[in-house]
Amino acid sequence: MRKTFLLITCAAAFLLTAAQVKPKPVPKKVMDNGKKVYDTYCLPCHQQDGSGVPNMTPTLIKTTWVTGDKTKLVQVILKGLKGVEVDGETYENVMAPHDYLTDQEIADVTTFIRNSFGNKASMLTPAEVKAIRAKTK
Amino acid sequence: MKWICKMLPLVLLAGTAYGNDTTHIKPKIRKAPRIEENGGITLPDGFKATVFADTVGRARHLVTTSTGDVYIMLFRLKNGKGILRLRDTNNDGVADQSTTFGNYAGTGITIKDGYLYASSNKEIFRYKLNDKQEVINPDQPERIVTGLIDRGTHNTKSLVLDNTGNIYVNIGAPSNACQVEDRKKGSPSPDPCPLLDSVGGVWQFKADQPDQGYHNGVRFAMGIRNIVGLDWNKTSNSLFAMQHGRDNLNTLFPEMYNEDESAELPAEELFEIKKGDDFGWPYCYFDWQQDKKVLAPEYGGDKKKQDRCADKKKPAYAFPGHWAPNALLFYTGNQFPERYKNGAFIAFHGSWNRAPKPQAGYFVVFLPFKDGKPNGKYEIFADGFAGESREPAKATYRPCGLAQGPDGSLYISEDKKGRIWKVSYTKK
Repeated sequence: MRKTFLLITCAAAFLLTAAQVKPKPVPKKVMDNGKKVYDTYCLPCHQQDGSGVPNMTPTLIKTTWVTGDKTKLVQVILKGLKGVEVDGETYENVMAPHDYLTDQEIADVTTFIRNSFGNKASMLTPAEVKAIRAKTK
Repeated sequence: MKWICKMLPLVLLAGTAYGNDTTHIKPKIRKAPRIEENGGITLPDGFKATVFADTVGRARHLVTTSTGDVYIMLFRLKNGKGILRLRDTNNDGVADQSTTFGNYAGTGITIKDGYLYASSNKEIFRYKLNDKQEVINPDQPERIVTGLIDRGTHNTKSLVLDNTGNIYVNIGAPSNACQVEDRKKGSPSPDPCPLLDSVGGVWQFKADQPDQGYHNGVRFAMGIRNIVGLDWNKTSNSLFAMQHGRDNLNTLFPEMYNEDESAELPAEELFEIKKGDDFGWPYCYFDWQQDKKVLAPEYGGDKKKQDRCADKKKPAYAFPGHWAPNALLFYTGNQFPERYKNGAFIAFHGSWNRAPKPQAGYFVVFLPFKDGKPNGKYEIFADGFAGESREPAKATYRPCGLAQGPDGSLYISEDKKGRIWKVSYTKK
């Protein structure tokens, strides 16, 4: 009886672990292209390590603005951000709308920041970006 | 299996007993507190600093009274208050009493003729001081100026008075280069820039009239992107200020400026400001390497062309780009060696817009003056604020305010952790 119980517990534990979908490792090509986009458009304000600038530009490190809802993240890139409180702090610098970036560029750069600076979150595809762009006014 | 269960508590017990037997414990060496010389900053030979106060909040500008008290303006409210007064009753260089008041945060604070003046990002208030230099009515200041533009970017208001009853306030342009969409690549900058009638300059108001608005003020000088540090020079009897120069030359015009050029340009300019002056923003910027005001790329510039910028007022002195000058103080004390007298101390908050090139600033410089004009090259006076990393988010301290004590010592504030240093000259 005890053995059976143990077996069930083990099996359940194994299944639970397996069920936690590990984010697939991001292809190098996506990360490389994402970094290129980041370095050109994001780094001047958010800095090399994503740490941002106190009072001026929010950090990208371990914040749900980056690792959370994909739609919200893509919309920040498309529409920019101004005068909005981020994680309890206000920031002086305006983030310009980056709507001129392609779906591919936005997918790659969001994937890059969600998987850099100690962040770990799922990838975005150009199709997802396209869909979010379509419903964003 | 069973034996483990029986033995384990015994083993644990033995371990605890052994651990409790003091004869077996190595004598604990009490770690001496790390002595932080000069409160973690470096100074020229003969100077010493004490940590006058620590973690006071995000300390911006500060001012001292003739009795040696220090009033500090906080960038964010701390326990609901924005102004802090520190007092050092036993004169050991460390504040031992503090009191707070003011239900607004801000940057500007100054004292003139028996009044303390302080600013939020929209308004200027003043408080009458008693003969001990204490604020008489901390909850009921007189509102001197109201309705100043605050659109987030470059919204802090710095203050200084002249000797004839006028107060000067910086009203920064809520913009980098007057683009329709700020900092967006390809977004045009209108010509003329429509912002300049109400921002992007220094305004002059009467120091003693309540509730003045734009219509009561005088646009004293224009074409200034943003100022945080300003002071009145008693030798020349004129206003001086440090401009924060424009950003993003490489981001907005990658075909014209490489990352190195974008890190060094434009200059952080020291202005001597006379009534009616135009310093050229957003049409022009000062290239300190070419020593001239050139046309900005938004207005047809090619890095060299001067065009309409030829007759804009040049800076009195130019520093490399993006160091972020947040305080200017003309030293008039007698404590420091003679060469410092009437020279300028400038606190550089430290750069962010040099990325991906290494950041710079995060220090206090001294610029010698003679007869009210810069005389010689600047030298780094106090350094080491950033600690191991000159990256804005990682830097330990970011210098932001300067004040001169009645005994001629120099106070430095910083707005990251809220440390205040008192710098004295000790060599006799």
